Amino acid sequence: MPDTPDIADRHDAVCVIGAGGCGLTAIKNLREQGFAVDCYERETSVGGAWNWRHDRSPVYASTHLISSRPLTEFPDFPMPDDWPDFPHHSRLLSYLERYAQHFGLGDSIWFGTEVVSVTPVGDGRWDVATRSTGGGAERVQRYAAVVVANGHNWSPKALPLDTSAYRGQVIHSSAYKDPAQLRGRKVLVVGGGNTGCDIAVEAAQQASTVWHSTRRGYWYAPKYVLGRPADQVNDKMLQLRLPLWLRQWMYHRTLRLTVGDFTRFGLPKPDHRPYESHPVVNSQLVYYLGHGRITPVPDVTGLEGSTVELADGRRVEPDLVITATGYLPRFEFLDPDLLDIDTDGKPDLHLHAFARKHPTLAVIGLLQPDAGLFPLAHWQSVAVARWLRLRVDDPVRAAAVQQKESVRPLRSWTRLRLVPSSRHWFEVSHTGYLRALEDLLKQLEPA
Amino acid sequence: MRSQVLRFTDWTSPVPPVEREVLSVLPEPVGDNPPVLFVPGLGHGAWAFAEHWLAHTASRGFAAWSVSPRANGSLRAYVHDVVQVAASLPHQAVLIGHGAGALVVSHALARYPARAAVLAAPVPAGWAALGAALRANPFGTLPALVGAAPRLSRKQLFSANLAGAEDYRAKLVRTPARVYRQVLFAGPPAAPVGNPPVLVVGSPDDRVVPRKALDRTAGSFGGAPLLFPGMAHDLMLDTDWREPIDAILDWLTKELAA
Repeated sequence: MPDTPDIADRHDAVCVIGAGGCGLTAIKNLREQGFAVDCYERETSVGGAWNWRHDRSPVYASTHLISSRPLTEFPDFPMPDDWPDFPHHSRLLSYLERYAQHFGLGDSIWFGTEVVSVTPVGDGRWDVATRSTGGGAERVQRYAAVVVANGHNWSPKALPLDTSAYRGQVIHSSAYKDPAQLRGRKVLVVGGGNTGCDIAVEAAQQASTVWHSTRRGYWYAPKYVLGRPADQVNDKMLQLRLPLWLRQWMYHRTLRLTVGDFTRFGLPKPDHRPYESHPVVNSQLVYYLGHGRITPVPDVTGLEGSTVELADGRRVEPDLVITATGYLPRFEFLDPDLLDIDTDGKPDLHLHAFARKHPTLAVIGLLQPDAGLFPLAHWQSVAVARWLRLRVDDPVRAAAVQQKESVRPLRSWTRLRLVPSSRHWFEVSHTGYLRALEDLLKQLEPA
Repeated sequence: MRSQVLRFTDWTSPVPPVEREVLSVLPEPVGDNPPVLFVPGLGHGAWAFAEHWLAHTASRGFAAWSVSPRANGSLRAYVHDVVQVAASLPHQAVLIGHGAGALVVSHALARYPARAAVLAAPVPAGWAALGAALRANPFGTLPALVGAAPRLSRKQLFSANLAGAEDYRAKLVRTPARVYRQVLFAGPPAAPVGNPPVLVVGSPDDRVVPRKALDRTAGSFGGAPLLFPGMAHDLMLDTDWREPIDAILDWLTKELAA
């Protein structure tokens, strides 16, 4: 007997939260394992972050892929091979729309529906409360499992400074959409990640003056080396299993032979070795530094009146400050304990995917790989779907797999040798991570 | 076996794109049935299906497509082309491979979750194919052992009473022995993704694919082959071309309803 009469029991169905790239691949792979799926999406279309129409989308007019096409596409649904190496975001959206149409995923998606809360009911099952984004009453349904794919690039991380006394305009990079916002203005871009560098380059083409503030020196990798996309060359070295020191040496060599010494452009010397931070791939930043269009500056220490104070005591007076300070993951519909979320808001999950205390709760795509995210999200969702299938079909073996997985060493799937920066907590090497997933997939294969 | 998860070859040296020859006949109206993609074997092109099977498949309510193997191809490039065309179709496709094209399809199934798959007169991998070819056509096959392009004879491919056989034979393209070797000795394909239903059809009188090989291929998918006695290897060009395609589409209709 149900505890409340208005809870609709969906029996063995799985609930997926979000219909972006990760949610779509979760639906497809769960359905391949024979599960009925209800996916809730607050927007009225698929594509998540890659759909520029969505109010939570971080893309701007000129966003292109950072990782090249073969390292970004779903492994079982390739992008057209006549597309460029680094497609535009509008192509990514059409790719995701075609993926959804090709596999008929629309039948499983409830658009314009927000998840309000997800609560465990004790026997591994979940009550999911949803509401139409237009308002109205909540509706509660019971599911056998919940797969969270709500994205992690939509809740901006604020600049850790007081901006109340500052009279200029401060926007987060997520609010930057069009180069017209930069035209003819004095712009300060804060942040040395891929977005910060992309916007600094765009500002160099549009704005009257550009300052680019970074906390530390980074290794700016070109998009192409030796006539190939740089990530493909890097993977060649990984395929040949070259040791890290040799790859670092070759990385140094290649940079030496092309751009040379970064500090000559006024950039700080990197405080870490190559491959010890998330890769920043930008061929044009150094180009515009060399043309004097971008002035590199250190960390921002204060904003007051019309001036911005920098760590070296310099003061600049920009019209517009764009903070490319990244995003924080957010799961407002979940009790933080369910994902073992710490005080900084970071979940602690097995393989960054499986909730440690709840075998029927998983998160897809909460990773920062040194390659495209979709291949990893695909194999994550295959693993989640096979895990849920094994739990149903062979509980004894499922328990054995769980036992074995609990002792999998952390260093086999996370990267430990990284500069301590808050954005690196979920950084993974795509090869190391996929090896760990492949090993899990083998254990989950039906007997 | 090579990892299906870490695909270094695809990541570091993608197959170069080419202009692909794709033929199609679409039903009117298009309807809800999945599209069917025919994959010809070596030497053949998309034309082999355009002769009868494409139009017949469309008349039964399935969008019918076929793709020619690229010039100067390799097994990897053929598989790539099949997956590219399949992924470009509006819905999850059914893959139907004939002859060596069936081998290409069985490799493609590990790369693309097909709605269903049919292996028609599937050439077996390895030495079995060579043995059968030597028995049926020693003079055409022997040169292949020393690296020349093998020749397929009329009686290997077509029934004796087939009217247009000479015209068809004139359309065949000679494929280098290198490509044959690569396709036949590639090693077993990885397991299909997405668990598609697979049907094997063939003829006990096929002079390219021995009966035993048909049984073995069908057995590896847990079934028995559907047999059409009296037909030659090129089922889709034979006088009785209608029987196998009708049986395939009947099977498909039943599988889709399941």
